[in-house]
Amino acid sequence: MDLNTRLQNVAVIGAAGKMGSGISLLLAQELGFASLENRSRTFILNLVDISDLALQGLIRYIKEQSVKTAEKQINRLRELYKDRVDLVENGEIINEFVHEVLVHIRTGKTLDLAKDSLLVFEAVFEKEELKFEVYNKLASLCPKETYFLTNTSSIPIKVITDACGIDGRVIGYHFYNPPAVQKLVELITPDTCDEELKVLSLEIAKKLGKKIVPANDIAGFIGNGHFMRDGLHAISEVKRLSKEHGYPQAIYMVDKVSRDYLLRPMGIFQLIDYVGIDVFQLILKVMNKYLTKQGLHSDLIDKYMEQGVKGGQTSSGAQKDGFLKYEKGKPVGVYNPETKEYVPVDDIFIKAVDEKLGLHPNPSLSWKNLLKDPEKDSKTQNYFTSLKEMDTLGAELARRYYNASKETSEKLVKSGVANKPEDVNSVLTLGFFHLYGPINDYLK
Amino acid sequence: MKNFNKPVYLAAGAYTISLGTGRNEFHPKKPRPGLDYYIQEAGKAVLSQINSPENIDEGVIANFMAARFNRQGNLASLMTTIHPSLVHKPMIRVEGACASGGLGIATGVKNILSGLADVVLVVGVEVQNTVKAIYGADILAGAGYYAGERKEGHTYFFPAKFSDRAGAYFEKYGKDITRQAMAHWYANAVENARLNPLAQEYHNTCKDLVSQGMTQPDAKTFTEHLNIFDCSKVSDGAAAILVCSEEGYKKLGLNSDAVCEIIGLGQVMANLISSPADLTELDASRKAANDARDMANVGIGDIGVFEVHDCFTISGLLSIEALGIVGQGKAPELVINGETKLTGKYPVNTGGGLVGYGHPTGASGVRMAVDLWKQMTGKAEKFQVDLKKEHGMLISMGGNDKSLVSVIVKK
Ligand SMILES: NC(=O)c1ccc[n+]([C@@H]2O[C@H](COP(=O)([O-])OP(=O)(O)OC[C@H]3O[C@@H](n4cnc5c(N)ncnc54)[C@H](O)[C@@H]3O)[C@@H](O)[C@H]2O)c1
Repeated sequence: MDLNTRLQNVAVIGAAGKMGSGISLLLAQELGFASLENRSRTFILNLVDISDLALQGLIRYIKEQSVKTAEKQINRLRELYKDRVDLVENGEIINEFVHEVLVHIRTGKTLDLAKDSLLVFEAVFEKEELKFEVYNKLASLCPKETYFLTNTSSIPIKVITDACGIDGRVIGYHFYNPPAVQKLVELITPDTCDEELKVLSLEIAKKLGKKIVPANDIAGFIGNGHFMRDGLHAISEVKRLSKEHGYPQAIYMVDKVSRDYLLRPMGIFQLIDYVGIDVFQLILKVMNKYLTKQGLHSDLIDKYMEQGVKGGQTSSGAQKDGFLKYEKGKPVGVYNPETKEYVPVDDIFIKAVDEKLGLHPNPSLSWKNLLKDPEKDSKTQNYFTSLKEMDTLGAELARRYYNASKETSEKLVKSGVANKPEDVNSVLTLGFFHLYGPINDYLK
Repeated sequence: MKNFNKPVYLAAGAYTISLGTGRNEFHPKKPRPGLDYYIQEAGKAVLSQINSPENIDEGVIANFMAARFNRQGNLASLMTTIHPSLVHKPMIRVEGACASGGLGIATGVKNILSGLADVVLVVGVEVQNTVKAIYGADILAGAGYYAGERKEGHTYFFPAKFSDRAGAYFEKYGKDITRQAMAHWYANAVENARLNPLAQEYHNTCKDLVSQGMTQPDAKTFTEHLNIFDCSKVSDGAAAILVCSEEGYKKLGLNSDAVCEIIGLGQVMANLISSPADLTELDASRKAANDARDMANVGIGDIGVFEVHDCFTISGLLSIEALGIVGQGKAPELVINGETKLTGKYPVNTGGGLVGYGHPTGASGVRMAVDLWKQMTGKAEKFQVDLKKEHGMLISMGGNDKSLVSVIVKK
């Protein structure tokens, strides 16, 4: 069955979630265009989630975003609507397209809605029992030809197919957040995957404008395989540094080093807060279950969760407090689980840490100002060359951090999670917006 | 047109900031002032230069598309809000797309010549940032033959029309030199605007304007031959000036140093429905300019400062050929050689023009008259030209060379 036939009935499960809503948007717009290009066919997009309110919010979101898309694609749309004499103005054409996008959508709160779907994208909570429940139900509801694309971040695909009797029909289609913007999809192909599904997955990526990086079916895959271990290294560094500098300063130090010294967009603790400490714990748990004896566990993370400090975002997208406390998106405090309070990050605090870390190797360089610099690669290389020589605490922590990240990445290749070093590098640069891939010779 | 039956003068000109992208005070998402604010600001700035608003006999307001940009009609009545003494006086609104301002001046002149008025307040206004450029393009397309052209037309209707003109000009007279000249036009416009605190490009800090002007056009997102620097801005603004008889300006307490005389007027309408005969020429503009010069009985060599309608850099080049400053195909060389700069032989658009000052469409023709008046009376401050000749000339254009007004003034 070709992709266009499958696109005539598509479903998203967990459609109103963070990932689901972005995937729904991409598909809704794609079907909008598809219906203009193939007027003889009908297309249906089934969006399933558990709350009416969230589904209504989803429709509003799709509407708003589709206006923006239509504005950007107006030249293409004027061409597609050239036979419609009643649509003259840009404004009229944009409205019509938004309507076209919405017209294909059906929403519902039960999986029955997906019973005729030939292509199902799944993005429910990252909980094994929930995923099993959903797939068992879908297996009995949907036609035998239906293919499933799961957005799981950590659960091996084989575990799902074995538990639900749908061997060969599920592929890992790991979008990055937000799916409408991020170009990367990590494609996890289990050994027994149908050939047709493999081909289809690549076609879909092309249609949606995504870049595929293949990963193998080992818990955590490439993205979280790196991220979880990166986080655990940071936590172990904090433990080590706490003895001399106290816990709050240690957290701040490691966060700062991982951002400013490694030229990354965010410090590691800010990133964990952004993803959510709860999500971090969840993924870690799954990985620990399938990758035993690798120390994929953190008492500290469990402690934060016990104390109800979770990070993540509010429904309006503002950052919630976690390892750090935020005002207008900027860290202004560090949580101390002993006192259960945030220690303010004021000038005195910052100065004390900065004095201990010593001078930054090149204060004029940062992730932000290198991002669009045409000489980014050579500047980054020179930067690390100067970092290699420096004798400050900051430089030492940065080298340790760099080495840990590189070692993790090399292990991902060695243990068969990634096929080659370039794939790990692609995931980190495309999915995490790093300036450089971790497998490099900068410190050689 | 017959000759004037008595002398007519321009006095007490003023305009507002041209607000839009480029100005530091512009925030697309924050609330902004509307039509009445701009009309009043420009109007009051005129009143502040005369003894008493009681002496204004009539009003003319020029505007293109308030009915769509602002959902407002009946603008002549809105003009009375400038000052209570204007209430119950005769006022009229005129429209001729982007030449509305030029028509406003022409109407003011005729009111004086009719003998029914001695002082006419002419205001031009447009507030366009109420919609994004992509929707504004639909509204501005009303300057073309909407029923016959809009549907087939480009997303950005007018930029595409002038992109076609640029393409034809490239083919006939050479792409490289023309493209270079368009970039120089942009650079000169911004350099002049940097001397004019009211200009939209006043805050522009780009160091290499010519390179920026040379940015490769992208047909996918915009047009084939024009980049965004080739375009005038989306602007909110107003301009106002008094058109007077001799008795009129004396009544206002002004002396002859504060006024300049209008000695030539050309007003031409071309057929809206027909396509241009030759894309590399603005023939209606040429006719209007010739008419104005004939009436004034002056040659190009007698004119020391020009205001042309550079809605796009290519329109700027075509205009100076239509005015007869140089022959056809010669504008690029003239511009590249710097002859249109403040210090050149033919200073053009000294306060920035449409590319540099901004293009609040219905106001632009009035704004041109104000800049000429400033030059003639020595009030142009930082962009004052050291005038070698005693005449100035403007051409105000609406649509694709369809509605034209040309005015010649004398010191
Ligand atoms: N958030 C990320 O950065 C990220 C990135 C890549 C992949 N993922 C993966 O995407 C999936 C979803 O994550 P998320 O962050 O969007 O979570 P989320 O909590 O924002 O969304 C999950 C959605 O699933 C819905 N849901 C729960 N049970 C359901 C059911 N029985 N039927 C239908 N809908 C149900 C919820 O109501 C919710 O809207 C997970 O597998 C996660 O690992 C997340």
